[in-house]
Amino acid sequence: MRGYESIVNIRDKSASEVSKADTAKPTRREAIGRLAGALGVLGAAAAGGRLLWDRGGYDVAASNDSRQVRDYRLAERDAVHAELAIARAAPKELGDDSPGPSATPEQLVRRAVEAMGTMAKFVSRGDIVVVKPNIGWDRMPIHAANSNPDVVAAVIKLAFEAGAKKVIVADGSCNDPNRCFQRSGIWRAAYDVGAEVVLPQEHRFRTMRLKGDVLDEWPVFTTLVDADKVINVPIAKHHNLAKFTAAMKNWYGVLGGRRNRLHQNIDTSIADLATFMRPTLVVMDAWRVLVRNGPQGGNIDDARDMHTVVASVDQVAADAFGCTLIGQKPENLPYLAMGEKRGLGTMRWETLRVRQV
Amino acid sequence: MTQPHGHEHAGVSLAGSVRALGPVETHADVEPIPWKTGRVGRVPAIDRQTWGESSQEGGKTGSFAGGGPTEASARASDPSTSLPVFPSSCSSENRAVSAAAVSASASAAAAASPSKRASRLPGSGIPPRRIAVILKWARRVCQVGFLALFLYFLFQTGFRGSFAARADAPVRLPLPVEAFLLADPFVAAMTVLSTHTVYRGLLWSVGLLALTMVFGRVFCGWICPFGTLHHFFGWLSPSKHGRGAARVEANKTHSYQRAKYYLLYAFLVAGVAGSAIGGLFDPICIAVRSIGLGVIPGLQYLSHRALGAAQDVHSRGVQTAADHTQDFLAQTVWQSKQFYFHQTWFIVFLLVAVLFANRFIPRFWCRVLCPLGAFLGVFSRFALFGMTKDHAKCTDCNLCLVHCQGADSPQGGVKWRQDECHMCMNCENACPEDVIKFTFLPNRRSTVVAPDTQRRTALAAVGAGALFLPAARVADALDVNYHPKVIRPPGAVEERAFLERCIRCAECMKVCPNNALHPAFFEAGVEGLWTPILIARIGYCEYSCVLCGQVCPTGAIQKISEKEKMGQGQAPIKIGTAFYDHGRCLPWSMQTPCIVCEEFCPTSPKAIWVEEVDATVRDSKPGQDGAPPAYKTVHLQRPHVDPSLCVGCGACEKVCPVQDQPAVYITSVGETRSKTNVILLENTNYNQKS
Repeated sequence: MRGYESIVNIRDKSASEVSKADTAKPTRREAIGRLAGALGVLGAAAAGGRLLWDRGGYDVAASNDSRQVRDYRLAERDAVHAELAIARAAPKELGDDSPGPSATPEQLVRRAVEAMGTMAKFVSRGDIVVVKPNIGWDRMPIHAANSNPDVVAAVIKLAFEAGAKKVIVADGSCNDPNRCFQRSGIWRAAYDVGAEVVLPQEHRFRTMRLKGDVLDEWPVFTTLVDADKVINVPIAKHHNLAKFTAAMKNWYGVLGGRRNRLHQNIDTSIADLATFMRPTLVVMDAWRVLVRNGPQGGNIDDARDMHTVVASVDQVAADAFGCTLIGQKPENLPYLAMGEKRGLGTMRWETLRVRQV
Repeated sequence: MTQPHGHEHAGVSLAGSVRALGPVETHADVEPIPWKTGRVGRVPAIDRQTWGESSQEGGKTGSFAGGGPTEASARASDPSTSLPVFPSSCSSENRAVSAAAVSASASAAAAASPSKRASRLPGSGIPPRRIAVILKWARRVCQVGFLALFLYFLFQTGFRGSFAARADAPVRLPLPVEAFLLADPFVAAMTVLSTHTVYRGLLWSVGLLALTMVFGRVFCGWICPFGTLHHFFGWLSPSKHGRGAARVEANKTHSYQRAKYYLLYAFLVAGVAGSAIGGLFDPICIAVRSIGLGVIPGLQYLSHRALGAAQDVHSRGVQTAADHTQDFLAQTVWQSKQFYFHQTWFIVFLLVAVLFANRFIPRFWCRVLCPLGAFLGVFSRFALFGMTKDHAKCTDCNLCLVHCQGADSPQGGVKWRQDECHMCMNCENACPEDVIKFTFLPNRRSTVVAPDTQRRTALAAVGAGALFLPAARVADALDVNYHPKVIRPPGAVEERAFLERCIRCAECMKVCPNNALHPAFFEAGVEGLWTPILIARIGYCEYSCVLCGQVCPTGAIQKISEKEKMGQGQAPIKIGTAFYDHGRCLPWSMQTPCIVCEEFCPTSPKAIWVEEVDATVRDSKPGQDGAPPAYKTVHLQRPHVDPSLCVGCGACEKVCPVQDQPAVYITSVGETRSKTNVILLENTNYNQKS
């Protein structure tokens, strides 16, 4: 090592050889420089400590964000078009040889939306539209646990025809998303008409404060809430706990985290969700309806063909009408009353402008 | 190349020359051949470093002194040799360089010779044959290609849905992701010995065996992805103590290389006894297990943290870029959700330890521990392709040893070990004296073809392998004290047969889309180490999924169809039964509505049914004016399990909101694969009609 050598050299040198440079004290400049350096380091440490001071407290405290609401409704409803449109194809009677339904799902969707004022009323040119179907379960279309892929594809087509720049299809599935998206048929149907299909992934969820009665801080699927217009495309079906699930409960798909806790107060949570998400349009799929053992089903006999599509601007009214399809009464569903009380809509769907097409 | 050998041995006294050479560098494990001649080292010295020493030892090899200059000049003027052109200067110098004097340090000096004319080429500077260079590059391309293929298959071992598939298409993996395991002859041998059958794709391993019997251990040098990793780490990171002379020393054949043969014998005999425990040491299994369960999820975790931090940057561009990167990685390398695996810290630790050993002993795993390498080494005795050495020309420069992968004694003066050589071609490419040549049907006089194991140790290994199974079985894990949490994948065969087949390759754990399967520790006994068990708290078995059976290479999990699993037209496959803990269940003990378990139960009709009750619950807030809390009635749905319908998928346990210790949990009893681990009278195999 060089330094060591120099020390040794100094020792080996005779007194006359040792130069002044080896033994002289540092100059004033050098000394001040060293002092300044030491003080600088101490000062930086002190400043750093001040900046990074641990203020204590628990990390679990909720953030101070303001309350989040996503309201995609149109500014005002017109006085001409329907507020609730019911499109039906002649249902195939059981046991006889009558021909199949008189219309395809796409035709029913077009009829219903036209009665509402055509999609152009809801979707403007250049909009980014989110179509949110129910892709919750690892079931095939025949089990009627997810939205009908033809209905979803028809809504996407209508959105593109109305000038949407991009249509995104997503949902936060209960079972493995890959299986749900594929086996429901919605992935393929949406891809074929040009929509962008997004699977739920952890990095697409962001914690938000919903500040509802039971829902406060939850991870939210940001893809579904960052859009210009949101169209809710649920399937009407039986639900063993909530009794019926369609438009309002479909927003479970935007939540991440452990949703299984919501069942302890399911009606209030549904109302909170419907307060958070207010869609531009609801297109409820009742082509094939699960009437028993919902929401998952699994037995083909649990589902019945009804060949109906319902469109509405009022998600509470859509649910109120939809529950009658499985033989329920709106008064039996507490979340409908809660929704009406909060001003999200009306459960007396007959009071709206209803059109049957 | 023709060499003027004939006249070199004429009139030479061999015994005298060997004695006169001084201490010859020997190894206890390497046999010096008796006809090693004193010609070794008598080539014209090109490297000037050794001239100083050799002039002092010039008188040692006295019997050759007279013949030296003339022969050297004869060789120098022989147009068939390709020495650098300065024969006059060589012949005029003293060329007596003894073998013992030229040690490894001289080889380094030879490589760094100060001579300007010979500075680029060491030794005599004879370049390798073109075919050797081509083979070396072909080997490198093959190594990279097979490693890439292996990693690609590993990335594809998982279900990522497709926009192109129809809704009713059965969910299958398009690629044969377990191909490397199917081609593994050690796995095939183990399972043939334990089950007396060959399972489907394992027949491909015969192809690899045939390849070995023609070319030797080319699998180790050219194909094995685990070996390539070791090769890479050995090249990359020799420590200060692992370089130069120490590396040459490490690359010589050592007795510890016998260990892999003993391991092989022990594992094969354990296979005969009925345990596929050798899978713990199979290199492909280790690669799949450690990379698939440890490295890939670990990298995913790391990148999730890093890219997640990028999401917080207040710039739309950065956020979108991070989003797209995560999407891309989720589509190509890992899955869209983070996978966690039981005790991977241990598995990865072993991987890192074994890779780290390459710093000191290159290809430590391949030489010392690999039973597949040992298996191929045993069969390489039939190889048609092998090495011949012209020992007379070897100058002991040890350049062949610097990059020798197999530690198979490529240097002159000792016998080549055919059972250890990886056919990497590094030695022939490095040798500057044209000593080494790989050819078909080589002369075997200086080759050791069979593994050099000691009989007693081999017998001890066989004994250990044979005793392993009874020792493990008498420990109580299998026959009597069967652990309730040993829940095997659907389609698994009965437990004893399962332990005969499961090679712990972890393909099923990697492919499971719900991250439900995990390597067991000792729940299934010591025999069951790292076999798959289902941990429902982490993931449940998706009802319509049969992917684990599709990728199992040995049939420990059979290839079942969705119909067989879900029980369409036949009884469904059950892997266990669900049980309620009433003290923890919300409707049962806390009068709070829930039934998420019933919602997620996938069977039809559901195995969980609810009983509607009206129960009394006490309010949480005190009454008016400080009165105690009032009592009220709530309507509840209380869940029950029907054990004849429950398939034990674990969905209920996974979604139970009492998530630290779920109020409903599955245990293995009631599984259809076992005749004894059942509850109900009607559900045993004995009662099935067909």
